[in-house]
Amino acid sequence: MKLPVTIRVNGRAIERDVEPRLLLVHFLRDQAGLTGTKVGCDTSQCGACTVLLDGVAVKSCTCLAVQADGCSVVTVEGLAPAGELHPIQEAFWAKHGLQCGFCTPGMMVAAYELLRVNPSPGAEQIRHGLEGNLCRCTGYQNIVRAVQTAAASGGVRS
Amino acid sequence: MTATLAPARVFGSGIRRREDPRLITGTARYTDDIVLPGMLHAAILRSPHAHARIVRIETAAAAAAPGVVAVFTGRDTAAALKPIPCLWLVPGSDLKTAPFAPLASDRVRYVGDAVAVVVAESPYQAYDALDRVEVEYEPLPAVIDPQKAAEPGAPTLHAEAPGNIAFHWTVSGGDVDAAFRDAPVVVRERIIQQRLIPTAMEPRGAVAHYVPATGELTLWNTTQNPHIVRFAMSVVTGVPEDRLRVIAPEVGGGFGSKIPQIQGDFVAVFCSMRLGRPVKWTETRTENYISTTHGRDHVQEVELAATKDGRVLGLRCTVWAGMGGYLSTAAPGIPTILHGLMLSGPYRIPAVKEDVYGVYTNATPVEAYRGAGRPEATFMLERMMDRLSDQVGIDPVEVRRRNLIPPFENGFNVVTGLTYDSGNYEGALAKALAQVDYEGLRREQAAARAKGRYLGIGVSTYVEICGLGPSQVAGAVGFQGGLWESAIVRFHPTGKVNVFIGASPHGQGEETTFAQIVADELGVAVNDVKIVHGDTDSTPMGWGTYGSRTTAVGGAALAVATRKIKEKARLLAGHLLEAAVEDIDYADGRFFVRGVPDRFKTIQDIALMANVAWNLPQGMDAGLEASSFYDPPNFVYPFGAHVAVVEVDPETGRVELKRYVAVDDCGPQINPVIVEGQVHGGVVQGIGQALWEEAVYDDTGQLLTGSLADYAIPRADMLPEIEVLSTVTPSPHHPLGVKGIGEAGTIASTCTVYNAVMDALEPFHVASIRMPLTPERVWRAIHGKEE
Repeated sequence: MKLPVTIRVNGRAIERDVEPRLLLVHFLRDQAGLTGTKVGCDTSQCGACTVLLDGVAVKSCTCLAVQADGCSVVTVEGLAPAGELHPIQEAFWAKHGLQCGFCTPGMMVAAYELLRVNPSPGAEQIRHGLEGNLCRCTGYQNIVRAVQTAAASGGVRS
Repeated sequence: MTATLAPARVFGSGIRRREDPRLITGTARYTDDIVLPGMLHAAILRSPHAHARIVRIETAAAAAAPGVVAVFTGRDTAAALKPIPCLWLVPGSDLKTAPFAPLASDRVRYVGDAVAVVVAESPYQAYDALDRVEVEYEPLPAVIDPQKAAEPGAPTLHAEAPGNIAFHWTVSGGDVDAAFRDAPVVVRERIIQQRLIPTAMEPRGAVAHYVPATGELTLWNTTQNPHIVRFAMSVVTGVPEDRLRVIAPEVGGGFGSKIPQIQGDFVAVFCSMRLGRPVKWTETRTENYISTTHGRDHVQEVELAATKDGRVLGLRCTVWAGMGGYLSTAAPGIPTILHGLMLSGPYRIPAVKEDVYGVYTNATPVEAYRGAGRPEATFMLERMMDRLSDQVGIDPVEVRRRNLIPPFENGFNVVTGLTYDSGNYEGALAKALAQVDYEGLRREQAAARAKGRYLGIGVSTYVEICGLGPSQVAGAVGFQGGLWESAIVRFHPTGKVNVFIGASPHGQGEETTFAQIVADELGVAVNDVKIVHGDTDSTPMGWGTYGSRTTAVGGAALAVATRKIKEKARLLAGHLLEAAVEDIDYADGRFFVRGVPDRFKTIQDIALMANVAWNLPQGMDAGLEASSFYDPPNFVYPFGAHVAVVEVDPETGRVELKRYVAVDDCGPQINPVIVEGQVHGGVVQGIGQALWEEAVYDDTGQLLTGSLADYAIPRADMLPEIEVLSTVTPSPHHPLGVKGIGEAGTIASTCTVYNAVMDALEPFHVASIRMPLTPERVWRAIHGKEE
């Protein structure tokens, strides 16, 4: 059995017939062709698959595509127009907030959510705000710096 | 043409990474992002038993499931594939390599051992059908603990290795028995280096594309060493190396777990070869945890002999190193060469002896994990230094000072036979102590203790061996390959540069740091240099990125290649400027006639003229390109001193890491921001081992920490700021003086944090606690309640 869904991804409406069990992350990667969103675990711990669903960060491995029917999704590819960088992307680059880059798309979207809720978080608030996203390379220190830098440069408002 | 102004020196500058734009925009392509026309998806059925005989496998129902193209078992692969080779055959150790089949056919030896593969049109269909493969097992007794596995009567894993002993290796230097016979002080400890799971955030995977018409195989693989994969894959599959292309696209971390060639890689290739279609296999995280490699797993019995004033006379130890069910690619070299040879660390220890037993156990195969052998050696030594300090009543810093090797610039021979390249251990220690105000900290600790608060201070000094290494030594220690590195530097007519390297970075930033090397050596802008790596069809042979060797060896290869370019450019400049080559000077990207600085050619001018070749000196080849195959004359030996400050709550056993200071010396730093990032990540992984991480098995061999819900890698909210400092002691033999920094943090931090906790618990007279130091374990130790 397949169900029709229409999901607006990074501003583009994508219509597909999908199995009800299809995870949103697989819809994004395999149906929408947006492979920036990553799968790093199978228990919703790692956060590599974090996207914005109607403006709120979700782990797209815990959401079915059919649940996102009619919704808008923003992935890492949609944070800024092609050729431009969002202040969060700019800050991750400037502060060496990534090494292998695998957790980075989810981490930046989680940072987006954090700054949306709290535009000027302290270091401790950032660390707590990102506890649902795992990074094995950076020890998180430069990620914290990146989020502080992004906040200082206008965060999600710019 | 217009001369691009030579940039200011960029070596030493913390410029932004050149790899980041693709990574922060989601446009980088990792293995699982690769999609090929007609691609199939493989899912692997894995043993639920730690040890069992396979009685029968029924695949018909799975084969009939929707979307399924094929189901294969070990019977199919056995006829086509050779066993997975172990590539570090440590000599003089009576090594017993047991066959490691890509799919087990008669017996499974750990939970996660692969037994069948389903290939289907979609991954969902493949996993659905996997449930329809029926396997009847006859369970056998299992053994997990390496010391128990080596005892008489333990279940035997392999007929080839009676008593489960895969190897017995010994290192010794000096007269250790005499040292102990006369020693006024002897301290002993039994240390468990628990099993860890590397947990690169990107799981492993492969996309195999075999074209029957041409006999060519292309393999996209999550690997740290694509050239070794090509080599091993060719041996196992019979595909000739010239028709085998291995691509490491973007690779999401490795930490050792992407060195070996694992069952899934071979299975994916086998499926593509049998079906003539591209096949993708991507492991799940649970699959990664049960079947891809683990690290550490030592039981160490250690004795240290010393004088009453804290001078070490000898070190004697026995290590049982769990290997898991089979010998992974580099496994035998880790507890031996990378561990035992570093026994004396940064100290003058006149006599050492170590016996290492590599033991087969019914657990996931062990492989290199960040530090690989050196954290286990450093921990042992640093723990014993603190025990000695307790025993003789001398401050732990002073005990270390009394034993440190004095500063040296060019070679120091240690008791295990190694020659360290350069070191100033006292310098690093002094800097770390000054940073924390050590005396002040001790006063603060005493004051806190008087109020019932338990602060602890841990101090470690360490030295590690990396930059593997001279190929002659590689051969002598049984490594089944060379350990040199290569670089090709190619100038295009427009003055832009491609550099092709054999190493394969996967997060460490060499696309940036190597461009910095080229920029400084040749006077081009960093942005005019692109580093190409990770594709065996376009890069020269190299042995991969592990053991903190890419900059230490590959960076040297690159420096040598750029200097060859400069020599040719100087010749051509002399010709074009109608001056004798002896009269050509070079500065800031310009070759000019000595004394006449406005008669010059830029490197870009020369690149153009060399490529068009209209006017070359007689006998000069066209083009501006040089290659280098660099075999290092020695290893490099980074070192440093770390300090941790903790507070332990005796009511809950909770450890709060209050402060962490790292002083590391990796020689001159090409990019200090990247160095700092490597230290952050390394330190945090080592802290993870001390406080949170452990691969826990039950007695039947089930991995109880088989997911990220159960295995506790550090989160952002669990950590303090790491204070990163450095000293600079160049390596005398490296063309740029640089050492390695990828593993240093991990090597030093586990013991530093552990010693800090034990220092905090000193009033409770706790001798040792098994890692990780969870609140429960710490509380039990304080309150004398056994586990």
